[in-house]
Amino acid sequence: MEKTWNNKAWFLVLPVLVLVAFSAVIPLMTVVNYSVQDTFGNNEFFWAGTDWFSEMLASDRFWNALLRNLIFSLVILAIEIPLGILIALNMPKKGLGVPVCLVLMALPLLIPWNVVGTIWQIFGRVDIGLLGHTLEAVGIDYNYVQSPTAAWITIIVMDVWHWTSLVVLLCYAGLVSIPDAYYQAAKIDGASRWSVFRYIQLPKMNRVLLIAVLLRFMDSFMIYTEPFVVTGGGPGNSTTFLSIDLVKMAVGQFDLGPAAAMSIIYFLIILLLSWVFYTVMTSGDAAK
Amino acid sequence: MNFSWMAWTLPTALFFITIFALLIGMAVWEYFSPGGNPRVGILRFETTRGDRLFISLLGSAFIHLAWLGLVGPNLWWALALSVIYAIGVFKTV
Repeated sequence: MEKTWNNKAWFLVLPVLVLVAFSAVIPLMTVVNYSVQDTFGNNEFFWAGTDWFSEMLASDRFWNALLRNLIFSLVILAIEIPLGILIALNMPKKGLGVPVCLVLMALPLLIPWNVVGTIWQIFGRVDIGLLGHTLEAVGIDYNYVQSPTAAWITIIVMDVWHWTSLVVLLCYAGLVSIPDAYYQAAKIDGASRWSVFRYIQLPKMNRVLLIAVLLRFMDSFMIYTEPFVVTGGGPGNSTTFLSIDLVKMAVGQFDLGPAAAMSIIYFLIILLLSWVFYTVMTSGDAAK
Repeated sequence: MNFSWMAWTLPTALFFITIFALLIGMAVWEYFSPGGNPRVGILRFETTRGDRLFISLLGSAFIHLAWLGLVGPNLWWALALSVIYAIGVFKTV
């Protein structure tokens, strides 16, 4: 069917454009303005040029936080995407099990970020937490307040617990949309379980997996609340991710210029990586 | 309305005017030549002219950052390099 072209339709997107202008474009412009100036408050600004950008690019603190963030995001994606697919594949497709599983899967997603952080902060404590106390009792040296490894494991497990359900629900939605005819054809051809997954289920989940990867990458790259509540960025700086460092700089130290420069570099990295993910995943789709 | 809290400066205003002028230019281009001119270039995936502008702007931002970090604060050469890069993107990508 031929598409109907009517330029008046642009007026329908006008409200969204106005909302985006107020919520994203104007704040972004302000951050750009702040990134080339210095301020001591009282709405007085002094031109600094590209000094804050040079300072950020030469700062070990920034590069270390970026490296930690990249490692965290890659680990999260490497665990949550395969685990989410595996759980979705094993979820029931009909009967009472469907609503039960869906509600159980949706539960972690309904919990606010700071509450998740608090739950895991208490859960992992050696003195009163079930996890920390149990690990200590079986002889495993676990203390996320003192050990960077324990802090990392706690934050990764917490994120997996919180967000794998999102991947599961997206994959499940992709799986249930596959018509039965595909499975029947595979059965007639004597296809193995792996072949059904590789040639029917995985291609059909491609779109939802793209959304899952993008959402989980952007979310994990911007993670702030949960690690801040659990570890506060410590021990030392071992779990200080970019967003935690940014807040420390902007709010804690009131260094608005360097924080604005860091925000812009951070924004550009997220934009680049999201575009690469999106392009790689959609170009394969378009080639088919 | 008082916009002093946005801390505008002439260079940042010029920067955003340039970006908006580019977007308006792209809209005019699209009006006279609709469809976005999709094609498969050296990156081996389909791009429209909007995609090519995005790749140019994003690449230019990183060229400027790389120049600032590796060479120094004089960014005129980075700007020239970015213009050459953008022409390359619009011709070959």
